[in-house]
Amino acid sequence: MNDTGFLYDAPGPRARRRILAASVLTGLALAAVAVWIVVRLNDRGQFVTDLWEPFNDPSVWSTIGQGLGNTLKAAALAIVFAIAFGAVLAAGRLSDHAPVRWVANLVVEVFRAIPLLIMMIALFAAFPATLGPLWSVVIALTVYNGSLLSEVFRAGVNGVPSGQREAAFALGLRKTQVLTLVLLPQAVRTMLPVIISQCVVTLKDTALGRIVTYQELLLVGSTIEVTYQNYVPTTIVLAAIYVSLNMSVSGLAQLAQRWLSRARKSAPPASITVAEPGA
Amino acid sequence: MGFLWDNHSVILDAFGEGLILSGWAALFALVVGTLLAVMRVSPVPPLRWTGTAYVAVLRNTPLVLCFMVFTSAIPHLGFTAEPLTWAIWALSAYTAAFVCEAVRAGIMSVPRGQAEAARAVGMTFGQSMRLVILPQALRAAVPPLGNTMIAMWKNSTVAAGFGVAEGAGALHDLLNEHADKIWTLFVGIAAGYMVVVFAISAVFRLIERTWRYA
Repeated sequence: MNDTGFLYDAPGPRARRRILAASVLTGLALAAVAVWIVVRLNDRGQFVTDLWEPFNDPSVWSTIGQGLGNTLKAAALAIVFAIAFGAVLAAGRLSDHAPVRWVANLVVEVFRAIPLLIMMIALFAAFPATLGPLWSVVIALTVYNGSLLSEVFRAGVNGVPSGQREAAFALGLRKTQVLTLVLLPQAVRTMLPVIISQCVVTLKDTALGRIVTYQELLLVGSTIEVTYQNYVPTTIVLAAIYVSLNMSVSGLAQLAQRWLSRARKSAPPASITVAEPGA
Repeated sequence: MGFLWDNHSVILDAFGEGLILSGWAALFALVVGTLLAVMRVSPVPPLRWTGTAYVAVLRNTPLVLCFMVFTSAIPHLGFTAEPLTWAIWALSAYTAAFVCEAVRAGIMSVPRGQAEAARAVGMTFGQSMRLVILPQALRAAVPPLGNTMIAMWKNSTVAAGFGVAEGAGALHDLLNEHADKIWTLFVGIAAGYMVVVFAISAVFRLIERTWRYA
């Protein structure tokens, strides 16, 4: 997948010189951009200790910790519920009964086409007291991600070679047994990496909760910025936290992918991808 | 229905604003994303690293954070612009990473014989990219790019929290005055978003059909 070497020949002496020249030029350009950014930050006094002082204060870190905790809580709840909801929808879409399929398909199409934020705002406005910010966020994320995951589950089950299903039926297993004993255990191998990368998408999408005043990491960060008037340093800290958190989860997805493709000698069925970037 | 009609100018203006935002962001994201994809497959290592790093960071950044960088951090470095302009920057920068992934997957799907044949007739890397690889890669990338554009349209709602009066902002503001009309408003505005989603997907299906190999 990552081998793009087929796009060019092994470089000869002249091409090597050209690549070297291009590399040096790119390096210089990148260095110039980096220097410009640092100079600009410095000119605007963004390295002054005063602006970074709040990050020596343990109470600021405990606020950030609470924000991070809220982000993780909403994401964890949403993922668990989304997997359950997605499984139900996928079962509906794989059903033998046409009306059940239609309903499940309709639900998926509708929830995929409505922006998450619109659902969150509507839920929070309709049931402010019963749901509160947390559950508005969790429910909106659940129906949206559940709809996406149902597609992953369906593709995963359909991706198992059809001989497996036929053999299971030939042995006299029932519909449900075929699904749970034969198809799902094999489908999980292709689905797991996608499910884990969907966790990153959910983790990112919890940030939309700020519009319904859910105190997640970035909203907490906005409050800190305004309180201490240190916009640039706070943004840098928030970005460092959020990006490293998401990158570790993404790394987990890659590990799972490698581990699962090594688990069996045979090549795993074509991997499935969710083509929705999320927010 | 009557309520939606009474407020149709607010709602339509908001959707207009959202479409302007998404239109510009789509243009910039497609251009920058394609350039990033070419960088990621180029023979020059620093270009490859830059492209890879950009995609890795932006894919793991929430769009809200991307907006915060453009609306609260960068203005404090002495740059000024309208909220809509910053929103276009933020949405373009974010979506470019996903466009890059889609185009790169398209490039990888071009049979290697095509690149080899292009070199055999003496084309340089730039020529083979421009004349042979990209025309085929972009064709293969049309369906995933359609999904990326749909996601971008839905993501444009995030701008509501950053001073752009688009659809989600209109919903939010109208709810402040008419909390009792919640379901009418929700259905109306959600339907508006869905119409655009289906329009984008129809356009991309049309492109896919017209660009198919003859």
